[in-house]
This record gives sequence, C-alpha cells and structure tokens, in this order.
Amino acid sequence: MLELRGVNAGYGTFQALFDVNLDVKAGEAVGVIGPNGAGKTTLMRVISGLIRPSRGSIKMEGVDVVATPAHKIVSLGIAHVPENRRLFPQLTVDDNLKMGAFMKEARGHYAERLDVVFDLFPRLKERRHQMAGTMSGGEQQMCAIGRALMSSPKLLLLDEPSAGLAPVVVQQVFELVKRIRASGLTVLIVEQNVQQVLKVVDRAYLIEAGTIRASGTSSEMLASDTVKEAYLGV
Amino acid sequence: MGMQAFLDIFDIYLLEAVINGILLGGVLALLALGLNLIFGVIDVTWICYAELVMIGMYAMYFMVQYYGVGYFIAAPFTILLVAALGALLHYLVIAPLLTAPPINQLLATGGVLFVLQSFATVAFGIDFRNLGIRLPVLAFGDMNFSYARLLSFLAALVGMVAVYLFMTRTFTGTAIRAIAQDRQIMALMGVDTKRIYLITSALGGALAGLAACLLVLQYDVHPFVGLSFGPITFLICVLGGLGNFIGGFIASFLFAEIISLGGLFSDLEWGYVLAFAFFIVMMFIRPAGLLARRR
Repeated sequence: MLELRGVNAGYGTFQALFDVNLDVKAGEAVGVIGPNGAGKTTLMRVISGLIRPSRGSIKMEGVDVVATPAHKIVSLGIAHVPENRRLFPQLTVDDNLKMGAFMKEARGHYAERLDVVFDLFPRLKERRHQMAGTMSGGEQQMCAIGRALMSSPKLLLLDEPSAGLAPVVVQQVFELVKRIRASGLTVLIVEQNVQQVLKVVDRAYLIEAGTIRASGTSSEMLASDTVKEAYLGV
Repeated sequence: MGMQAFLDIFDIYLLEAVINGILLGGVLALLALGLNLIFGVIDVTWICYAELVMIGMYAMYFMVQYYGVGYFIAAPFTILLVAALGALLHYLVIAPLLTAPPINQLLATGGVLFVLQSFATVAFGIDFRNLGIRLPVLAFGDMNFSYARLLSFLAALVGMVAVYLFMTRTFTGTAIRAIAQDRQIMALMGVDTKRIYLITSALGGALAGLAACLLVLQYDVHPFVGLSFGPITFLICVLGGLGNFIGGFIASFLFAEIISLGGLFSDLEWGYVLAFAFFIVMMFIRPAGLLARRR
C-alpha cells in the first residue's frame, strides 16, 4: 500500500532521514520505534506531505505522493494524527471533526462518518459542544484520532499517541488502536512505548539517527538483542 | 426654565443620543469585523482598509449618480467589486510578504493606502460628492432619527449575521476559524491555505464594500474620506483585542456611545476627542484589549 524508497528529508540544512526504505501492506499494522530525535516524526511528516523529501520516492497504492500537493495527500487515503495531537483548541469537538471531513470527497459522507466516530468514541459525543482544548489528554487523543477517521482513510498514521498520557489512559489508547485495526484499517504507528506498541503491531522498524537499523515481525523485534538492550531495559 | 422642564428635555435628548449611538455602533462594528477577520485569520493588518471603503463609495457614487443605476442594484456590484479588490490586495501585496516581518507588511499596506488616496485624487479630483439621495427623517415622539442611519444599522446587522452563519455553518467558514489557530497542519485536513486566505480576504473586502454602500448614504465621498473611518476602526479593534470578534463588537458600541453622548454635551468633534481619550486611558488599564486574545 505504502512504499518508501531511498527517502532523504530534513529541515533546511539539517538532514533528519537518510535513505529510508519502508513498506506497509494493506491491512497491516506497522510500528516505528526508536529514541527521541531519531527521525520518527520526520518520517510521518514526509509521508503526509508536511515536509517534502529531498530525494527518494514515496508511493501510495502506486500514486506518487511526492508529486501530489500537500493538501491533496489526504485524498489519497492517508490520514495523519500528528504529534501532540494538534487539535484546534478553541474550536468545539464537532468543529474539529468537521475539519477532518473538509475535503470534497468526505463532505458527502460527513453525517455517516460522524456516526462511526461517535460509535467508536461515545465520550466525544457527550463532549461535542465543548472546546477541544478544555478536554483531558486522553479525550483530546480520541478527538485527534476521530478527526483523522472523518476522512475515511485507508492508512492511518499515528505519531506518539501515548505521549503525555497517564498510564491508565495509555492502555486505553492501545486498546483503541487494536479496535481500529480490527475495523480493517491499515496503521503506521510511531511510538517510544516499545513494549506496548509491539503488542499491537504485526511488524516494526527500528530507526536510529535517521536510518533504519532493523526491521522484523513483532516477536522478532522483541527477541532482538539490540531492541532488548536499548529499549526494553532487560 | 424650571429644573423639571430642563430634565424632561434633557432625558429625551439623552435617549435620542443613546439610540443614535447604537445606530452608529452597528456600522462601526461592521468595519471592525472586516479588519478583525483579516487580522485574526491572516495575522496581517490592512492599514488601507478604510481606503477600500472609499473606493466602494466612489463606485456607488458613479453607478448611482452618473449612470443612473438604482441604489439597490448598485450595492451588490459594489460589494463584489470591493471583495475582488480585497482578494487582489492579498494576492499582490500580502501573499508575497506572508512570512516577512510584521513591520514590512504594515509598510506595504500603508503604501497601498497612499496609492489608493493618490489614485482617487488624480482620477476623481478632490471634490466632495454625494449620491444626492436625501432620505427622510423619522420623527418618533419628540425624537428624530435619520432613516439612513436606521437602514445602515439594520443592513450592518444582517451583514454580520450572514458572516456569523457562514463562519459557523459551512466547511469553509470552519476552516477560516481553524486556520487562525494552527496554520501548519491545515494540509493534513486537506485544506489549501492559500485558497482560504484568498476567500478570507474577499470576505473582508465584501464587508468593506457593504460598509461603503451604507456610509455613502450619510457622508460625502472624497479621496481622504477613509481618514474619517480608518483610524477609529483601528482603535476599536485594538480596544477590543486585535483579532477578537466579540471584543471588537463590544468596543464598537462603546466607542459609538461615547461619541454620541459626548456630542450631546457640546459638538460632535468633542465626542471623538472623548472617545480617543477613553482609548488612551484604556490602553494603560488593559493594554491587550477589553477581551485579551489568548495567544
């Protein structure tokens, strides 16, 4: 479904990704793990078009993502839940979800999608007229995921969904990711919470200093000495 | 004159002034909304906002007085014309300076102010012109109200309600409010920020156009007429908190009442002096505006 080949990217003169190759097949859940500043967020941003690669190719179902204007990439079926959620804090939950359905193709299905999202997150329905910025961290994460789901995506990019949340809420978020997977959506998830994320994904990539160091199935990664020593603390 | 008789007359004048203040406030609120919209969404101050109003007033004058077009037919054309001017202003002047320091943006729109004033002076001369429409005065008991002011107030109210509905009910309006809060991630929503900025600028222009249609009923148009509305609109927006729509709305009526009631005690000019003095005092007490915008 998604295919990255030899991708370099960065900010100004600072290069954050070096020759990244990555695949996500339809129906898969894939994790990207690695330390702070390894380039995980940059990887997400380059896929959704927030920054453009300086070299390499990105294809979504065969369509050239690099040649697609940034605001049209969501129409290819890629929805990105950005780091720190980035809700519109002074818009209501309803309006935030409405923004998720902004693109022409999604507007016609607005009411149905709203039902789907409220079904998945009954809490959001209770809070629909509340300003998004006044909700708890967990509720905001639900709203951010809900907003991304409003565009009926094929591929969901989740950037650190557990960051800044209380341990109990982190559990809930990973439960949610499982449910989203079960609904047939393809997921690419970036996490620092390695142990947790490896429980919900099929495969994972280990990224360090902007380079893919290792990849494999969840069980392979859990068994790998590199991952064990550096990230699982065993 | 007995004390009681004095109070009776005074009360009626007072009530008349209060109502006239409300009527004036409506049009000021319309102007403030346009300027606040541009500032709140694009983060740019159109110093030349009142000059767009001036161009609109000329458009009304020429259509109505020169070509004999009916007022209510000329008005929509004027609104469209000034909306197009607003979009053009964004495209030609603001868009290339979007990431420039604010002072450069101020200087650029300030430059447009002088260009428009000079253009009007060369093209139309410095004569004071008016529509030649004299609307009746409505007598209400012992009080007199200008029909033009009443009409302007109602039209301004309709204009503001229309903007409110557009901003809250449509996808594009919601995007305009969202972009003011986080412009970087708009692409993730499938929003083309350039297009939203153009639409917002056209909307700001349309509000200036509507204001032009209303002001031309009460005031003569000349190349420097913008100076009569520009500074006061700017002060209202600052008093309300730049970019804060509700603050601007409240400040408009506050200013209008001070002008109207101040004018009651002596000349109308003194009303303006009082309003400006009030502004200066308020800037010491609440420098970020009546309802400070959280940033």
